[in-house]
Amino acid sequence: MTEPGSAHRGEVIRLTGVRRTYNAGTPVATEVLHGIDLVLQSGEFAALIGPSGSGKSTLLNTIGLLERPTAGRVEIAGRDTAALEDDALTALRGETIGFVFQFHHLIPAFTALENVMMPAVIAAGAEPPGARERAAELLRRVGLAEKASKKSGELSGGQQQRVAIARALMLHPALILADEPTGNLDTHTADDVFALLREFNRDHGSACLVVTHDPRLAARCDRAIELVDGTVVSDLAVPVASAP
Amino acid sequence: MRLPFVAMVALRFLREGGMQTVLILAGVAGGVAVIVFLTALIDQLQTAIVERTLGSQSHIVVRMPDDANRDVVRPDEALGRIVEPRAQRLRGLDQWESTLRLLGTTPGVVAVSPLASGPAFAQRGEAIKSVAIMGIDPDQYRRIVSLDADIVRGRYQLSGTDALVGTELAKDLGLAVGDKFRLATPEGREQTMTVTGVFDIGVRDLNRRWVFTTLRLAQSLLDLPGSVTQLDLKVADLFGAEATAQRIAAATGLKAESWMSTNGQLLAGLRNQTVTSRLIRIFVTIIVAVGIASVLVVSVVQKTRQIGILRAMGARRDQVRAIFLLQGGLVGLLGALAGAALAVVLILVFSQIYRNADGSFLIEPRVEPLLLLSSMLVAFVTGLLAAWLPARRAARMDPVAAIRHD
Repeated sequence: MTEPGSAHRGEVIRLTGVRRTYNAGTPVATEVLHGIDLVLQSGEFAALIGPSGSGKSTLLNTIGLLERPTAGRVEIAGRDTAALEDDALTALRGETIGFVFQFHHLIPAFTALENVMMPAVIAAGAEPPGARERAAELLRRVGLAEKASKKSGELSGGQQQRVAIARALMLHPALILADEPTGNLDTHTADDVFALLREFNRDHGSACLVVTHDPRLAARCDRAIELVDGTVVSDLAVPVASAP
Repeated sequence: MRLPFVAMVALRFLREGGMQTVLILAGVAGGVAVIVFLTALIDQLQTAIVERTLGSQSHIVVRMPDDANRDVVRPDEALGRIVEPRAQRLRGLDQWESTLRLLGTTPGVVAVSPLASGPAFAQRGEAIKSVAIMGIDPDQYRRIVSLDADIVRGRYQLSGTDALVGTELAKDLGLAVGDKFRLATPEGREQTMTVTGVFDIGVRDLNRRWVFTTLRLAQSLLDLPGSVTQLDLKVADLFGAEATAQRIAAATGLKAESWMSTNGQLLAGLRNQTVTSRLIRIFVTIIVAVGIASVLVVSVVQKTRQIGILRAMGARRDQVRAIFLLQGGLVGLLGALAGAALAVVLILVFSQIYRNADGSFLIEPRVEPLLLLSSMLVAFVTGLLAAWLPARRAARMDPVAAIRHD
């Protein structure tokens, strides 16, 4: 068993026989994940690919502790999550996982800087000392130092996504989950955002699991996990060394 | 100072709400203003009515119990009985000094004053009028009925053979301050009196009948040596007078009547008014609550995604619930502040516009601070309660559903 604090070493994700059924017990019950086994090591950068409806988002949400599996075992940062109550699950999620969504989901009532430091504010119950400085530093790293006091509505799509990445990194998470992080960005901006994720992965050792439709981006990951109809059909190291 | 996470998000959500927040604040302010204004108005009018009606009355009168016939045979053994009601003679209160001390220390009683009262004739020249002798201690009596404020001519002063007469009696007997008249009792005792003051107590009949003298003089004229016929009481809680009277009757064995039992119609009128104002307050509160709730329900739906992302970032269900509860409470409290200010302005304006015929205030330009405070507290609690359902809904929201991309 690994403590969350030392989760940067060892296994960040271990899934064993994970199944997920929607509308269980009704005539329209649908199993979308058919027994997934998956291990992601600390520092790995993996793409999760597959056609629409293959269960990618469900798998990501299950790993992100937003959904519970119908069957099987989900261990995050060495902790078995089955026995955890909702509050403990929420706390583990907050301190271990950073999310980047396709539609970034910044909170419009707050500035870019406040959005970035929000995970720290939530974890501490109020703004902890040093949070503002760290958030400013992260914004600088994503190239938005001068946008710190702008509300999200005043930022472009690419800028918002970069703010979202900075936010995901606020608490040095052991794992970054990104659901089509470049899905609604133009190719150039998408490349920038992707490069940013790679950079943080390299510098901080955070494991990354990126859901993407884009084979070009998948090719730049260390590993590609392909999901078809709720089953892992291939899990390969990407042959060409990625060069961001 | 660093705001707690919950307060920080609640405040920002409210600010982001813009027009929505402004409108609901205006709604709450309007509701609170109506409640405060109406309550202050009705309270003041009621007090005015009561003061006008009870100006010449004590709140509670304590007397000897009525003389009753004693049954020789037990009523259930008698084959038939005819009981004639007894005539009630003038009876002095036994040991009234100790009773006065006892009543003076009874909780809720503000003042006690002895009174020796009985029938007499006032005579001057050819004119004879039937009057009631009211023997008082002027200093004590003043605390029950503000007779000193009702003196229209002369002074509020009684000693020796001084008398205070009402305006009507003064007119009937042609009396002015310093004039003398004769006071005679049916038993034949009489005394020449000097008028030191003329009062107008607001009730014509009493202005004609009441002649105030010193307690000692009344006692000797009415043949009540050292005794009084009743004790007049003033209580702190006007509407608790009946309960106090009943406690006194039980404790002393004397007859205690409150203004409430002798002014049934007035009391019924006041009670109806109170019930009406309470109903209005309840309905306005409900409307305010529904308004807050509906705005928050809409807000929860609008913020579905933001709630989802907060949950994904580690916000617990109870924190999400608290964010929306606090918004309700804040809307209630801030709206109440504005409403209270509005009500104060309304009362000031109203008191200037509507006045009595003599130019005095129909409504005093003042509001009880307690009323303002309690209204704000009620608005805060109403806001919290109104936010309960929307907050629960927000807390139960599935974060996955909230951030699904569509």
